[in-house]
Amino acid sequence: MAMVNVTIDGVKVQVEAGTTVLEAAHQAHIHIPTLCHLKDVNKIGACRMCVVDVGARALAAACVMPVSDGMVVKTNTPAVRQARKSVLELILSNHERKCLSCVRSKTCELQALAKDLGVDESRFDGANIEYPLDNFGPSIVRDPNKCILCRRCVAACRNVQGIGAIAAVNRGFKTVIAPAFEKKLSETDCINCGQCVVACPVGALREKDDTDKVWEALYDPEKFVVVQPAPAVRVALGEEFGMPIGTRVTGKMSQALKRLGFDKVFDTDFGADLTIMEEATELVSRIKNGGVLPMFTSCSPGWIKYVEHNFPELIPNLSTCKSPMQMEGAIIKSYYAEKAGIDPKNIVVVAVMPCVAKKFEIERPEMETDGMRSVDISITTRELARMIKDARIDFTKLPDEECFDELVSESTGAAAIFGATGGVMEAALRTAADVLENRSVENVDYVATRGIEGIKEATFTLAGKELKVAIANSTGAAKKLIRRIQAGDASYAFIEVMACPGGCVNGGGQPMVNAETRMDIDPRVERAKGLYTEDEKKVIRKSHENPDIKKLYAEYLGEPNGHRAHELLHTHYVDRSKK
Amino acid sequence: MSLEKEKFEALQKVIDELRNEQGALMPIMQRAQDIFGYLPEEVQNYIAKELDIPVSDIYGVATFYAQFNLEPKGQYIISVCMGTACYVKGSQQVLDKLEEVLGVPAGRTTPDGLFTLNATRCLGACGLAPVMMVNDDVYGRLTPDQIPDIIAKYRQ
Repeated sequence: MAMVNVTIDGVKVQVEAGTTVLEAAHQAHIHIPTLCHLKDVNKIGACRMCVVDVGARALAAACVMPVSDGMVVKTNTPAVRQARKSVLELILSNHERKCLSCVRSKTCELQALAKDLGVDESRFDGANIEYPLDNFGPSIVRDPNKCILCRRCVAACRNVQGIGAIAAVNRGFKTVIAPAFEKKLSETDCINCGQCVVACPVGALREKDDTDKVWEALYDPEKFVVVQPAPAVRVALGEEFGMPIGTRVTGKMSQALKRLGFDKVFDTDFGADLTIMEEATELVSRIKNGGVLPMFTSCSPGWIKYVEHNFPELIPNLSTCKSPMQMEGAIIKSYYAEKAGIDPKNIVVVAVMPCVAKKFEIERPEMETDGMRSVDISITTRELARMIKDARIDFTKLPDEECFDELVSESTGAAAIFGATGGVMEAALRTAADVLENRSVENVDYVATRGIEGIKEATFTLAGKELKVAIANSTGAAKKLIRRIQAGDASYAFIEVMACPGGCVNGGGQPMVNAETRMDIDPRVERAKGLYTEDEKKVIRKSHENPDIKKLYAEYLGEPNGHRAHELLHTHYVDRSKK
Repeated sequence: MSLEKEKFEALQKVIDELRNEQGALMPIMQRAQDIFGYLPEEVQNYIAKELDIPVSDIYGVATFYAQFNLEPKGQYIISVCMGTACYVKGSQQVLDKLEEVLGVPAGRTTPDGLFTLNATRCLGACGLAPVMMVNDDVYGRLTPDQIPDIIAKYRQ
């Protein structure tokens, strides 16, 4: 790669040709302000916050301006600073500035810039058209009054996820980021993944807050309120309390849940081990009995809805297994209720998820246990953090000892890695290998499944037979993979798909990571590291060796994929395509 | 029904002809509008599917440029001149009266499909300001109180 020399504010740096001024400056530890730029997602030079002097007649947008050899860049001249402030004032002039009540207060990139640049009021008045909220779906709230038209959400939805449920509509002051034909988001083929939410620099896109429902249940003396956090929550929750990205806070998380007043703190990781039992059995049976292949995983509700809208012909390829969250809920309201002697009608199951699509999943009519909702409320990692802050719990000072409750919480390393792309595949392989070879296979590390590339492929030899597998993370990558398969250019037996890039660790319900931090740190990588550490630290690393899972089958379910297992743990899908 | 089918066949031909060209979307949308008279939802969905792009892309373009219509045009197109001369002579009041009489805002079509009301740039008849056109008929030196009679004439 050719290198070029650039001088930025007097600092000489050598960077690869093609690097943008923004990236070069970042390498020289100069953080040029941005709003519309988001690494790997959006690079369109739209908001003009990043203008700099590159020696040309006009100021240039640093995020899209490539460096050239000998370029002299000034990022702090009076003209640059004045232009920056004016741009910020113009953006603020058409922004609903209700910062005190905004869910993004303190994580808002616009608010942070206004503070840093000392802009507190705007000289200008925008049209400030009042828009109604689009809060008709269960997962995502769209608030055009807060939108600054940066288009990070549009890029995440259209380019990363391959969907394009929203776009810039109309022009001038009337421009809004909205679905086509003024539809509600819930009427489009939006899959509720929430990648738009984590891309949003302000409060224009957010999850539907369900914390009030949780408080209400907790304060109801008639209710037995239990909670189950997903694998990916424990490597991200700490970020909300200032801990480094990817810090493992499994113990503190369980302690905080206890202090919030949940009657029992269970763990979705148990549901993940259970999912592997059912899914690996289903895979082995499909292979042995000539069932429909490739089999796709079914843990990710965004992915499920994506298939239902776009590739209904693949519905028979989806594993019939419910997600770990739904399995955990179903088992709590049947097996656990029976063991504990509690009427399941009085149990409220709260799930803490890295995901906003889970809010849609719990409302699916088929997600029932003996006529009851399996999971009653699903909140995001961010909402849990809000509750902990509201309860004034000093999270960072909580002990690190895990305090999960008995019977449906014990988990293995295989469950821990569910939260990272490739993790479900790896966990399934650990069990499938033992089942097919009819012995305990020593190796548990299938490293080819790991990493954040959009599509990963591998071939493993199990019991002398080759098993071709693939892993896609992001629906955009899944679309590419499916088209390859449909064109006859590839074939696999088993495919894992997670709707979000990087898997659940980077889900739409995870803590916000601002654009500047993402220049240096990839939350997908850091949080996944936390999960693989969690896996390594576990004594038992295969789902079928989990003693509480064995007990569940021996005392209640019978065989994996057996009759009761089918009733409680499997589901079906609906064709949502417009034909 | 068969007419609709013919229109979609014509659209398919246009798409097949243009799909591999760079920047094909705008010309396809223009030709689609020529065929259908406007760009109904079905047509936008059809183009999206054929070009393998999200329909929100098409809707974004259709709402950005004034040349695209999202609803069928009325039998009579009323164009009220908002050029400088007409404006200072009171064309805003003429437009307000039209909105009141027709019951639709500028840019929209009456529910009976009879009138489409548009506010336009200079029509080039500044000497007659304020001016409006109803299809090819020109009305000059207008006052708001003349509007009900003019509209009534076309309703017959």
